[in-house]
Amino acid sequence: MKHLDEYRDPHLFDVLMQEIHKKVSRPWTLMEICGGQTHSLVKNGIVDLLPKELTLVHGPGCPVCVTSLGVIDEAIHLAQRQDVILCSYGDMLRVPGSHLSLLEVKARGADVRILYSPLEAVQLAMANPEKQVVFFAVGFETTAPANALAVVHADKAGAENFSILASHVLVPPAMEAILSDPENKIDGFLAAGHVCTIMGLDEYYPIAEKYRCPIVVTGFEPIDLLQGILMTITQLEEGRHEVENQYVRSVQEAGNTVARQTLTDVFEVTDKVWRGIGPIPMSGFEVRDRYKRFNARLKFNLNLDTVDEDKDCISGAIMKGLKKPMDCPNFGVKCRPEHPLGAPMVSSEGACAAYFHYSSAWNNPTIEVS
Amino acid sequence: MKMNLECPVPQFDFDHINLGHGSGGILTHKLLKSGVFDVLKNPMLDQQHDGAILDLHGKLAISTDSYVVSPIFFPGGNIGDLAIHGTVNDLAMCGASARYLTLSFILEEGLAIDEFKEVLMSIRRAADNCGIDIVTGDTKVVQKGKGDKIFINTTGVGVVHAHADIRHQRVGAGDVVILSGPIAAHGVAIMSLREGLEFETSVKSDTCSLKNPVLAMLDFLGKDVHFLRDATRGGLASVLNELSEITGLGIDIRQKDITIAEEVSGACEMLGLDPLYVANEGVFVAVVKAERADEALTILRAHDVCGAAAIIGHTTSEHRGKVVMQSKIGGSRVVNFLQGEQLPRIC
Repeated sequence: MKHLDEYRDPHLFDVLMQEIHKKVSRPWTLMEICGGQTHSLVKNGIVDLLPKELTLVHGPGCPVCVTSLGVIDEAIHLAQRQDVILCSYGDMLRVPGSHLSLLEVKARGADVRILYSPLEAVQLAMANPEKQVVFFAVGFETTAPANALAVVHADKAGAENFSILASHVLVPPAMEAILSDPENKIDGFLAAGHVCTIMGLDEYYPIAEKYRCPIVVTGFEPIDLLQGILMTITQLEEGRHEVENQYVRSVQEAGNTVARQTLTDVFEVTDKVWRGIGPIPMSGFEVRDRYKRFNARLKFNLNLDTVDEDKDCISGAIMKGLKKPMDCPNFGVKCRPEHPLGAPMVSSEGACAAYFHYSSAWNNPTIEVS
Repeated sequence: MKMNLECPVPQFDFDHINLGHGSGGILTHKLLKSGVFDVLKNPMLDQQHDGAILDLHGKLAISTDSYVVSPIFFPGGNIGDLAIHGTVNDLAMCGASARYLTLSFILEEGLAIDEFKEVLMSIRRAADNCGIDIVTGDTKVVQKGKGDKIFINTTGVGVVHAHADIRHQRVGAGDVVILSGPIAAHGVAIMSLREGLEFETSVKSDTCSLKNPVLAMLDFLGKDVHFLRDATRGGLASVLNELSEITGLGIDIRQKDITIAEEVSGACEMLGLDPLYVANEGVFVAVVKAERADEALTILRAHDVCGAAAIIGHTTSEHRGKVVMQSKIGGSRVVNFLQGEQLPRIC
């Protein structure tokens, strides 16, 4: 397929892989931020082909995984109301709340719809004036602009029965939280290509400087990932710590300025609780006062009791890069996709799911990986 | 394709199905007499008996399946031809030539009669195309909301090919795995119509009869065809995993040899679906003796529906019970059973 096959070219892949092997002279630990990158690495069998000195740890960039238990419970609470149609992206449905998942409440009769775009939820609201339509607006900076736009559209169209349950989180504060952790062992980052497509690069310069840590904005295809890895270790080997952009076909220095403006119009930055990690100051978006009538939290006066995470789930340590999925004693035993302890096992971008589904090491330790 | 030009368009004097059409009374009679019986006409059905009396010789295969696809009309077909092809194909996978099918409808009150007509006509065309007769059936009507327009069950009987011996016990290490065509078209065609996911595509369902290519392959290869399975629900990955589990053998496949139409592949990328798990309705997996694999390919490719048949891998005594795929770029990954339903992803 054009614009995709070029980035999966086996010959170019071999050339880059050899370069990486030549370049690495000592152990380095890199973190890929985005769950999409994690899956591409594991699904294409790339992890097993990298030099032994190179450790890739999987970052917090799975929106489903970091959405706090409290917010999932809020969504489930809303879905159970007779007057509500709750709309969500598909992969939020299997994530366990404190008692049930959205898939389970759907099976019990709740009106939960899977949508690809929040704008469809606005149309749904217009078509169902007797119902309250709530869009479960999760995700990083990548999905936030479309959700902001949905609010703007609903405002213009007078769709007063539309609202969003916003649980947006931001990448740079999470990187800072990881780097400032005393146990941190990350030497360099592959930053999330699509997040930077929206936000640009300027937030990353101070982080690279303060923590003396190279940051390379990287895409998602095998060639992108190898190039990103090569650029990061080249910096490390040369003692540099700069912000570089591998994903130039998508990411511009200033990001998408129209999208950023829409974000600023609709959302304000606020403290957020990250599932498995805990509260991170100024790390998420909430709907601004100006649009508060589209804020489901205010509209439905949500004020649920906070609940504790399952103590057996080590997803926090995994998302901070301190542990790998297979370090968890419950991995594949007590925690499986059909009965997950935490979100990373069921999200399409979750690190535990990637290992569970694709990894040769987990699925069959006897396989020789060429 | 054999077309029956005498196939009459049914004439009904009502617009919608109502509960009376399932009552057994005059409305049922009208629905059957001026519709079902006329369209599906054949000597055995014309008996209007409670069942059919068959005169078949040799080893017989029987298979049944229920069809609940939603929406009932989709690019490339509808629930009617799907219900014929599906059961004909299940019999073909037993090495059998389907001969007679039963046909049961569960209709939802309020179904537009024009839709029912169209499904009925498709059933007739598919039946002619597959060389089978519908010999007995049933029609029930359920209250609105208790069904989804039309559910269909078909049960088929076929005569097993004289030289066929298709059982998983016959699969051994070193057998060759053949895939009959490009994958994932049916699932993507259906998905493109689902509420909330509508997108423009020219992808058509691959629903078709696989009877002729399979029987042709059996004519030439006979017992050297060890195993056949159509890759419907759960897609190619599920068929291979089932085979691996039941035989206790490992299966090695190569991603580069699995064909997938460009537009189907693009839709899967966009929707976040893995095409290996997406449903097909006209694709099967054949496991054959290695020495005869090229011959099998030649025979299959002579049929339009298998024009892109390809060898995608082999069975092995390594990594028993697991399917391992070599990726296009040379890495390898395990292909597992699907967990639950594939759900579209966030970004």
